[in-house]
Amino acid sequence: MAEAVKRYEASKSVWDGIANSRQFKDLMATKKVFIVPAFIFFVVYYFALPVLVGYAPNFMATKVIGNVNIAYLFALSQFFVAWIIAGLYVKAANDFDRLSQDIITKAGDGQGGK
Amino acid sequence: MSTSLIMFLVFIAITLGITFWASKRSAGSSAYFAAGRQIKGWQNGVAVAGDYMSAASFLGIAGLIAFFGYDGFMYSVGWLVAYLTVLLLVAEPLRNAGKYTMADVLAYRLKARPVRAMASLSTLTVSTFYMIAQMVGAGTLVALLLKDSGIKFPVAVIGVGILMIIYVVFGGMLATTWVQIIKAILLMGGTLLLSILVMAHFGFSFGAFFNAIGHVTYHDAKGTEVVKDFLTPGLRYKPPYGALDLISLGVALIFGTAGLPHILVRFYTVPDAKTARHSVVWAMVLIGSFYIMTTFLGFGAATIVGQDYIKGHGGTNMSAPLLAQALAGNVFFAFISAIAFATILAVVAGLTISASTSFAHDFWTNVIHKGVERAPGEEVRVARVAAFVVGFIAMGIAILLGPTANVAFLVALAFAVAASANLPVIVLSIYWRRFNTAGAVAGLAIGLLSSLFLILISPSFMAVDPPTLTVGRHIFQQKAWFPLENPAILSVPLGFLAAILGTLLTREPEAEAKFNELLVRSNTGLGAEQASAAH
Repeated sequence: MAEAVKRYEASKSVWDGIANSRQFKDLMATKKVFIVPAFIFFVVYYFALPVLVGYAPNFMATKVIGNVNIAYLFALSQFFVAWIIAGLYVKAANDFDRLSQDIITKAGDGQGGK
Repeated sequence: MSTSLIMFLVFIAITLGITFWASKRSAGSSAYFAAGRQIKGWQNGVAVAGDYMSAASFLGIAGLIAFFGYDGFMYSVGWLVAYLTVLLLVAEPLRNAGKYTMADVLAYRLKARPVRAMASLSTLTVSTFYMIAQMVGAGTLVALLLKDSGIKFPVAVIGVGILMIIYVVFGGMLATTWVQIIKAILLMGGTLLLSILVMAHFGFSFGAFFNAIGHVTYHDAKGTEVVKDFLTPGLRYKPPYGALDLISLGVALIFGTAGLPHILVRFYTVPDAKTARHSVVWAMVLIGSFYIMTTFLGFGAATIVGQDYIKGHGGTNMSAPLLAQALAGNVFFAFISAIAFATILAVVAGLTISASTSFAHDFWTNVIHKGVERAPGEEVRVARVAAFVVGFIAMGIAILLGPTANVAFLVALAFAVAASANLPVIVLSIYWRRFNTAGAVAGLAIGLLSSLFLILISPSFMAVDPPTLTVGRHIFQQKAWFPLENPAILSVPLGFLAAILGTLLTREPEAEAKFNELLVRSNTGLGAEQASAAH
């Protein structure tokens, strides 16, 4: 590469050591607690829309306010649900950053690596 | 029509000016390919939104809603929600572990040459598919705008293509990023203005607007007058396969975005994973607001302009510009058309740069020359040549296809290919220790081939046309073998299955041994590529 590569390099035992460390396991567990349920929730919530629209069109065509039906309101709700999940993720990710920073500091990046 | 011509020229002059300015600042591979990794979070968010809101969004969705009502709005929903896949699973690990392209992450612990070669092939395929749709949109638009001057579809396509190549070849990623940002702001502004005008038309009464959507009048193919409630689902996706097709479209949209090469490369332009995350959120706010406004564009075109008129003036893709013309006359029509044109130009530039980067970095340097850049700057030169070649191929196919299909629909097919080929291997390589080279190559190959094959035997390419139809005949004149328009519901599981089977049939201890390193790097950002020093 033309670009000078200033990459943190370490031996396999160092990487394995970090991967098996208490701190790293905490980080992965913290991530999992948020990401797995959030992912499952949004996938289920999203696919409920095409499934209901496809298989229960009469129900979805039920009018709620004036000519506005359930189908349109459910579709609109998807936007707000997506924004809320994204907001919650950013909040949760502050914890990920804090835990990652501890691991990076401990690994000595910024002294030996760069 | 001279107003539109002047507006075009003004915009083109501005963007070329930016490109020229940026070209003075682009030096070295990191600058050319990744804008020096100095793009700020909000800037990258706007650029991601710009890359994403293509002709498909602005012209295509508006057209689908104008012709099929609610079913067209399903595209809008899927295209926003898809960003949760990007945000939760892909953006940060990719930024932490990669360098320029999606293949960097795949090649991290797998055998670089086969994986890069396949990843490069799938990147080129997805980008070309996506680009063809943009070219069709641009060709139709320019042909309609300049029809008095006698400019036809093929000439328009060539014009767009040449401009795009100039952008990419001279500006690189930094110029493309700024073009995206300016275009995204213009597009959001134009769409907001158009939405306000639609509401003004209905006296700012949502009741009146939705009532009008309840009684849309048009003439069907036999010339009979029809009145339909356009807010009712099922105008496009009808039994027996409509429901499945709708779910299949959902799979393509939700999982395709996280496999789009030109979106993924954007996360390499920011300094770190945290900025990558913030840029996704910025993009989601912009993209979501835009897609909610497609309600006004699409249903506005359905009620105010009507599909009878749109059919005679350029077809589905012209719904939004024709709505502008109906609401505020020719100057506004020209303005909205110029925005649509800029949108296409910017997206095509983004696509070309990701395709040419992948060719230069993955194929040329890493596959052919085994990871050694023989002369300084060679990678950048190869990318510039590749940009020319990719651009010309896309122009050629767009001209062959002609201005018939809806561009949102064409782009949804590109999403299906991305979801089937790229997403499975990206996710598995980041999250599955056992994953290996055979799995990656099998997943990429089967995902790519199955989605392409299913598209070829779908009703989009295979149908019996009446003998009276002379324009836009289907390529294969027989009943479609595969009943769904979108293949994702079958090809995405096939991509995953091939990746998993390929992995289980072979063992690769080296790949498993390096998993911890990738896991730590991608999750903590330890040793991630740094922002380069200021030029």
